[in-house]
Amino acid sequence: MDAILLQILNGLDKGGAYALIALGLTVIFGTLGVVNFAHGALFMLGAFCAVAVKAFLGFEKVTLDPENLTAWGTASEIRQPYIESWFGEFGTTLLNYSVPVSILITIPVMLLIGIVMERGLIRYFYKRPHAEQILVTFGLAIVAQEIVKSAFGANPIPQPAPDAARGMIDFGVAIGFEAGNVVYPAWRLIYFLFSTAIIAAVFAFLQFTTFGMVVRAGMVDRETVGLLGIDIDRRFTIVFGMAAVVAGLAGAMYTPILSPDYHMGMDFLVLSFVVVVVGGMGSLGGAVAAGFMLGILQSFASMNEVKNILPGIDQIIIYLIAVIILLVRPRGLMGRKGQMEH
Amino acid sequence: MKIFEMNKSDAILFLCFSAAILAGPILLTPIGAGYPDLLQKFAIFGIFALGFNILFGLTGYLSFGHAAFLGVGSYTAVWTFKLLSMNPIPAIILATVVGGLFAAAIGFVSLRRSGIYFSILTLAFAQMSYNLAYSVLTPITNGETGLQLAQSDPRVLDAAFGRDYGAVLPSPDFFGISMSGYPGFYFCAIMLIICFFISMRIFRSPFGLMLRAVKSNQNRMNYTGLNTRPYAQAAFVISGMFAGLAGGLMAVTDPLAGAERMQWTASGEIVLMTILGGSGTLLGPVIGAGAIKYFENIFSAFNEGILMNAFSFLPESLQHLAVGITSLFVGEGWHLTLGALFMLIVIFLPGGLMEGFNRIRNRFLKRSGDGSGGTADTVPAAAE
Repeated sequence: MDAILLQILNGLDKGGAYALIALGLTVIFGTLGVVNFAHGALFMLGAFCAVAVKAFLGFEKVTLDPENLTAWGTASEIRQPYIESWFGEFGTTLLNYSVPVSILITIPVMLLIGIVMERGLIRYFYKRPHAEQILVTFGLAIVAQEIVKSAFGANPIPQPAPDAARGMIDFGVAIGFEAGNVVYPAWRLIYFLFSTAIIAAVFAFLQFTTFGMVVRAGMVDRETVGLLGIDIDRRFTIVFGMAAVVAGLAGAMYTPILSPDYHMGMDFLVLSFVVVVVGGMGSLGGAVAAGFMLGILQSFASMNEVKNILPGIDQIIIYLIAVIILLVRPRGLMGRKGQMEH
Repeated sequence: MKIFEMNKSDAILFLCFSAAILAGPILLTPIGAGYPDLLQKFAIFGIFALGFNILFGLTGYLSFGHAAFLGVGSYTAVWTFKLLSMNPIPAIILATVVGGLFAAAIGFVSLRRSGIYFSILTLAFAQMSYNLAYSVLTPITNGETGLQLAQSDPRVLDAAFGRDYGAVLPSPDFFGISMSGYPGFYFCAIMLIICFFISMRIFRSPFGLMLRAVKSNQNRMNYTGLNTRPYAQAAFVISGMFAGLAGGLMAVTDPLAGAERMQWTASGEIVLMTILGGSGTLLGPVIGAGAIKYFENIFSAFNEGILMNAFSFLPESLQHLAVGITSLFVGEGWHLTLGALFMLIVIFLPGGLMEGFNRIRNRFLKRSGDGSGGTADTVPAAAE
């Protein structure tokens, strides 16, 4: 029982990342009708926002200390981040919490990237075939990836979680298991909570605000909304920016779990697309549900007990599920008639 | 035989194509591409792109998993070398057959859906093959190291014909002609010409017309009571066989097979080649494949030293700036150029280079007072 609970917990953080990316993909698809293969790149850019913030905060002042000599007989260096020398304690805290702090930077940066991307490129592709949308965004993803590679190098850059969240939480004790059985890294739990909060925020925004209402109306019938005198294109641009922000935040917060490198976006993109298709193109709830479901299934498949019965299942489980779902329920789990039917 | 009949313009096109391919080593030397390794790549990726074009160019089904067939072809060829014979003929025949069988299985499932679902399904299958090749199938694929020949391989057929390679590691040879260098290129080139011929016949056949009908309006085809799936399935298998053959030839010229050939970025590359050349055209994919491989080779060989020389006419400060900017796009950064090229082509020239050629030609003919403007009709395969 506790082993099962542990696997569910293990799947939640990854599932959260899948769900966030898939949510953005679905929103973009539902509003703009565009298949965005560059969404993984947005996830990756978000992660590198966190890297950049950390690097920026971590600029160090190097002073030589002639009192202490290193083993080579030279004066040893004292490295102190500028931010500590300027702000003292607060600077240290800021540096420690660089990943959560980076959210503040990630939001405006990703919003800008998303809006520029939509206005500059995507809007010319609304009327073009899906194949061309896929291809142009695929090209864009490669470009983004290579720019990041030339700026940050090809190696993964580890990002530490804040000290307070670095340990493990004995999660089982809280719900009545014996101590030491269900131990779970704190940051992953935070990530899960963070992702559910974002998902809830997106749903609330679409459900309870006038803006969201217009967007939902536009998803159903774009033309009529336009005839009512609403500038739907502008709203959709903002929606694209929001989807970029969601993907970026998912990436930035994921950095302590997976050290970001330039191709992490592509890895997640393929899986997220599978998630979207399994959930049902155009269904927001489906995307979220499928994201968590596949994340959890993946963690179950990587249990040794399962791997002994079906070797290699952990490598292919997501794709296998996708194939089965698409063949049994062609519109995905919660797909509706009329979405993406040509 | 009826199958070899073709009209005059096709015959000319085919002969010119064959002549150009066979004269490749001479024609391409002035632009620095006249060496066997690169020429082999041109021919192999030309075959791959021709096959992809039969699926994507004619039926419009965008497969994002074609590299899987290439990988399977490579593994099959290397296993044939190991178990049967070092002669490339059985290797490429088996590679083609296995590539086709693999495509038949994947196509059977994937073709139930169309549009983006089809793309995702093929992608899923290709990723599954790639992941399995890296993990569980290691006994067959030799995992990360890649499948290699060994001196102790059985090579049943070679043994039966009394061929002994002695104490050296054997390499593929065609009845005594080693398959590296120019002989290897000519072997691939002949395969490319055969494939071009097949692809031409498909383009001109009722079957090819049916595939185009699938692309232009599948619903209407269904309304007329015609089941389009067998046609799409056939196209998928044929393109899988081309890919298998290309993979086999890769193993013939360099007997090594690795799983990275199956990764989905490799599938993306073949899509790019086809699009760049012009999908749905006969010659386009081969040109696209050649262009990409050529520029990959040229660009990735650049380094700062060469760039410094190239910009040495500029004042020093400008020189450093120019080198700094261009070095983003060459050498290690070649993929950036590739991605940017990809976008530019899709945005401005969705019909690929062939459409570009046609546009230029049309404009030229109009200027010269021809005025009829009907030049597009003379090229039936021109992109729409």
